Amino acid sequence: MSDQFSKFKGSADYVASPELQNAVNVAIALEKPLLIKGEPGTGKTMLARSIAGALRKEIIIWNIKSTTKAQDGLYIYDTVQRLYDSQFGEGDVRDIGRYIRLGNLGEAFNAEKQVVLLIDEIDKADLEFPNDLLWELDLMEFFIPETRVTVRAKERPIVIITSNAEKELPDAFLRRCIFHYIEFPGEDKMAEIVKVHYPDIESALLRQAMERFYEIRAMKGIQKRPSTSELLNWLQALVLAGIDPARIKEDIPFIGVLLKKNQDIDVFRDIREKGYSTRTW
Amino acid sequence: MFIAFFYLLRARGLKVSIGEWMTLTRALEQGLAGAGLTGFYWLCRTIVVCSEADFDKFDVAFAEYFDGIKLPDDLPEEFWKWLSDDKQVRDQADRELADAFLYELDELKRMFEERKIEQTERHDGGNYWIGTGGTSVFGNSGYHERGIRAGGEGRHSHAVQVAGERNFKDFRQDNILDSRQFQVAFRKLRQYSSRIDAQKTELDIDETIKETGDHGGSLRLVYAKPRKNTVKLLVLFDAGGSMRPYSRLTSRLFLAVSKSNHFKDVKFYYFHNCIYDKLYTEPQCRRNEWVDTEYVLNNLDAEYRVIFVGDAAMAPSELDKRGGNAIIGLYNERPGREWLERFRKRYGKCIWLNPIPASEWAYTFGNYTIEQIETIFPMFELTIDGLEAGIKKLIASR
Repeated sequence: MSDQFSKFKGSADYVASPELQNAVNVAIALEKPLLIKGEPGTGKTMLARSIAGALRKEIIIWNIKSTTKAQDGLYIYDTVQRLYDSQFGEGDVRDIGRYIRLGNLGEAFNAEKQVVLLIDEIDKADLEFPNDLLWELDLMEFFIPETRVTVRAKERPIVIITSNAEKELPDAFLRRCIFHYIEFPGEDKMAEIVKVHYPDIESALLRQAMERFYEIRAMKGIQKRPSTSELLNWLQALVLAGIDPARIKEDIPFIGVLLKKNQDIDVFRDIREKGYSTRTW
Repeated sequence: MFIAFFYLLRARGLKVSIGEWMTLTRALEQGLAGAGLTGFYWLCRTIVVCSEADFDKFDVAFAEYFDGIKLPDDLPEEFWKWLSDDKQVRDQADRELADAFLYELDELKRMFEERKIEQTERHDGGNYWIGTGGTSVFGNSGYHERGIRAGGEGRHSHAVQVAGERNFKDFRQDNILDSRQFQVAFRKLRQYSSRIDAQKTELDIDETIKETGDHGGSLRLVYAKPRKNTVKLLVLFDAGGSMRPYSRLTSRLFLAVSKSNHFKDVKFYYFHNCIYDKLYTEPQCRRNEWVDTEYVLNNLDAEYRVIFVGDAAMAPSELDKRGGNAIIGLYNERPGREWLERFRKRYGKCIWLNPIPASEWAYTFGNYTIEQIETIFPMFELTIDGLEAGIKKLIASR
């Protein structure tokens, strides 16, 4: 067994299931990108920070937006600046390298030590975006035609990619990844997660809150089910407001922290009053 | 290694390639699986499967290969088919019967075996046979769940048991069209123009060279407006009761359209069976959550492309009669057909997407109105091919 293996075991502020640890370590050992999917709020983005923290590596985050192009992650060639400089005779314009700026991916390749590269919410970008990165992620290198320089990873970065499944990703891309789906934590796991964040929370409050939380999650017809991060925020609100645990049973204070859509709140009220809701489609 | 398992996975519908298999072999050589079968299960799944929708297929294949753990009582293939394509949707209130059947598991299994031998055809909505939508203890909601539970009572310790539990059954999407494919199809719905309201952000090389030349070689940068898609889209969804069986399909289409950010504008409205003087703004079609159809016709200009999504199956009166609106209390002065024709006139480019397969249009329930609406709008079935054909129609100049 290689000594690289079994390195990541979660960290003080992040609870990782054995399967998730396993997936992370396999991805590191095989030097392949790890694709993380799961419901929003299950800690996909946090994972990369936790890995970086646990393995003491620097983290480079590439936040993907709807307008992000693959090229942006590699490098940007500032032609306009170069043209202007040539007009006014500033600097050495023959050195194109001065006008090449590396993007997040380029920086990760160029780093002296191994880094953790988080490509966050890859599904936000254009449909073809992942396909444009196949070569770069496979070989961990790219070529800058302007300077005829190949940027090659000195140490292959640990690549973590997260997706909210807003768009399906292309097959060719998926094949190259190690895949893990973060399941929604069960009650035991959830209690553990809460304890990591709020070590001295009152146990009566926690029990009541968790019960209500899972009750809401089990309701049929709720479109945006509350997730871990919502539960954590809600607990914080409950603690700050000093809500009596007994009160949580009858009505749910700060319901807006858990349910973000008006429609869901309507469905929730219906189900609590009548036991069913006809608002679903 | 495990070549037979590789082929079994492929046979069970997982798109495993040689590349992934080589990766797995490499991982095994590095000892990443540890010593046990459980380690192998996780390793194999994490490398070979790349979507949670495929976890279930993997679990089934894994269980089959490594232990011969069976699907609940090894149902013949066609039973699964009957069960998986659900013909009927049960009323939500119609539920109290479920608890009345408190058979013991062994009893259930015995009855199930007997029934399996007796049954020769598909059943929907009965109370005896193995079927869907009925109150029989065997079928989509009754037996299914118990059967699965019977298949995998376990402590998460043994890989085959974990696989046997089939926790990811709900994620399967065998019959559901991929939203990505829809999106790719919508890609083709574009018409570029630079005559738009936008900042001049793109370098116009030809003009730059010309201007620079005109100024004796002193650089003059000229920018131009980017070329953008000018297609505007109006999508009208039928959210009536008869569309319920297709709700997953239509919501995928909805997702694909709303996620496509390349349109200049997209508007959604909903209707109930046919179009009358109001269009609903929410899929629930509640009273007062609507706009006047007249308003839409007046305010969305003729450049909008219109896509109707509906089964077009209704009572003839709903299409042809004044007051034909199926919702009690809503009286329509003009028959639905007239409204549809006004859409046709106002917007040159309209199509109708029908989730009912085209092969059934001629004789399914509502075939009269389907036929009638087909004379007003070009109709396509709601599949990838149908959508692509429809989009061609929307793009074509006439």
